[in-house]
Amino acid sequence: MALPIYASPLERIWYYAYRVICALIFLFLIAPILIVIPLSFNAEPYFTFTQKMLSLDPTGYSLRWYDTLLTFGMQAPDAPRDSSWWRDAWTNARWVGVAKNSVIVGVFSTIIATVLGTLAALGLSRPEMPFRRTIMAVLISPMIVPIIITATGLFFFYSSIQIREWGVPYLGVVLAHATLGIPFVIITVTATLVGFDHSLTRAAASLGANPRTVFRKVILPLILPGMISGALFAFVTSFDEVVVVMFIAGPEEQTIPRQMWNGIRESISPAILAVATILVVISVLLLAAVELLRRRSERLRGL
Amino acid sequence: MEGRPLKQALARAQSRAKRRALLLVVPLLLFIVVTFVAPIGQMLLRSVHNDAFARNMPNVGAWFAENDGAPDEAAYSALVADLRLARENRTAGEVGTRINYELGGTRSLFTSGARGADDLEPPFATSLVEDDAKWADPQLWQVMRTASHAYTASFYLAALDLTRDGDGNIVRVPEGRAVYLSLFAKTFALSALITAICLLLGYPVAHLLATLPLAKSNLLMILVLLPFWTSLLVRTTSWMVLLQEQGVINNTLVATGITDTRLPMIYNQTGTVIAMVHILLPFMILPLYSVMRPIRPHYVRAARSLGATSWTAFRRVYLPQTVPGIGAGALLVFILAVGYYITPALVGGASGQLISNLIAYHMQDSLNWSMAAALAAILLAAVLLLYWLYDRLIGIDNMKLG
Repeated sequence: MALPIYASPLERIWYYAYRVICALIFLFLIAPILIVIPLSFNAEPYFTFTQKMLSLDPTGYSLRWYDTLLTFGMQAPDAPRDSSWWRDAWTNARWVGVAKNSVIVGVFSTIIATVLGTLAALGLSRPEMPFRRTIMAVLISPMIVPIIITATGLFFFYSSIQIREWGVPYLGVVLAHATLGIPFVIITVTATLVGFDHSLTRAAASLGANPRTVFRKVILPLILPGMISGALFAFVTSFDEVVVVMFIAGPEEQTIPRQMWNGIRESISPAILAVATILVVISVLLLAAVELLRRRSERLRGL
Repeated sequence: MEGRPLKQALARAQSRAKRRALLLVVPLLLFIVVTFVAPIGQMLLRSVHNDAFARNMPNVGAWFAENDGAPDEAAYSALVADLRLARENRTAGEVGTRINYELGGTRSLFTSGARGADDLEPPFATSLVEDDAKWADPQLWQVMRTASHAYTASFYLAALDLTRDGDGNIVRVPEGRAVYLSLFAKTFALSALITAICLLLGYPVAHLLATLPLAKSNLLMILVLLPFWTSLLVRTTSWMVLLQEQGVINNTLVATGITDTRLPMIYNQTGTVIAMVHILLPFMILPLYSVMRPIRPHYVRAARSLGATSWTAFRRVYLPQTVPGIGAGALLVFILAVGYYITPALVGGASGQLISNLIAYHMQDSLNWSMAAALAAILLAAVLLLYWLYDRLIGIDNMKLG
């Protein structure tokens, strides 16, 4: 929207003021996320820029907090860094352990959410689906219901069925996170099915394809971008979830956000900022992946 | 295919298609019912059902069922029999806790009463009261009468700052002990404030994104989507880094000489509001953007050419067209804000706590689970009402992510 030549002086001022205001709001959105990155390289245990950092003195910066992430919880953190040191870090370091838990819980809950969510979205997008609106409202509700209520309900439910005694590790957390991720899969897959041309499936069928081939060769390629971005949403939801983990996970099932929560509440150290930086990098990568998928999907569907 | 009317064949084909569509949804529906609806239903049951007293105190329960009015000797002897039973089964603490929820300071009455129950001689109406005069308190008997039913509304009454007096009338709790209503009010007020700030900040940004050429706006959109994808805990941590007393903003303010005193911006309501606005802002911008993008600029230009000032053109022509986006964004932000837990818990301090934090407190610290369930049920009712409104006005199908 360029400034028209007939604009009055007041409008000219407003035009530039408006851009400045928007720039400030963008700064408000993005600055808090970027600020943790330089601070995580702080050589001192402070949460603010030291004089040395401001004067760009290399001694003001260090990787010590990233090192803490590896050594915290290790049996012999000061041993020489050979293969047994790394094995120690892999098995005993606290942050490495919670990262493994996060990935395990995230992957399995994403698989459940994506498979069930995609099937349901396929059903929901059929025009003959009965009670469509009500069912959709129920399936989306885990996203809307406050997380503390879900966690409270799950806490009572899981303790009444004694899910920890079943001998399946992570089961409770995985099921809960799958539930929380499902709305995202449904929303993204349904979005790719909007305007889906059903004559494509009929054409494939009339050319002799059986339903399985129709699904694999016609439907799946069209909904795949939506499925993957839904899966990424579901993974991020699980990867970022702390309240349910706090209420129902056992001591050996703690995840990254849960450990961060402990760190923030009890002994806040710049190691938290190092974790935060790593998570920011991961979210940048995920965002890039989703953006690429969205564009691909739009191209495929000819939008 | 002779003999079968077309209408019948069509109906059969349609019901088969319906069944097939339903079949695709059923697995997920079952999954959600088991892992989500059933747990919440069970929690709702817990908010009206607490049998800690009814289960462990059968004799006095039977007396309550047969008599109403002031306790007589039969009532006291039933009570003593139950206290002896409680001592035997070691349930006095459980019973006392149940009564203590509604009448403070009574837990020890039951535990010490159960300890001394074996030594008491009839008539119990005098010996028990001699032991501790609190046993004669009419309000205690009223509370026990209520608790003798496993199903009770008292947790809801307590959640609304109401209680029963000695005669069983529902009255307000004394001023000093009323916490819940004011907390509900504060939660809604803060959520409204956060929604308003989000609208104020989100509207200009969404408008800019909607009017820029697509290539530029897609680039700027990343600045909106990145916070959306970044971990909540990361964003909360960065606000702690920025806002704390020795933090980046205060240091900058002091170094540049704008203020001498460091501003308390965190561990209070201000901190909660700032961090939550930042976290919820993308949920406002995205719906606004998707409504604003298709609005054609010709309408505003036409208004201008007909003599409207730019303000009038905005107010009378542009703004009305964006109302659906305002509604969608504001409702979504409000719904999410009302139930927020993590951010207030970490940056809210004492004054920035919301209703979710009190539910967590009752779950984890005071262990009054029925109270937590009752508060959760009220919050859930409010959220579902808003959700229903959202579905009515905007439609869940129109919810978009990124």
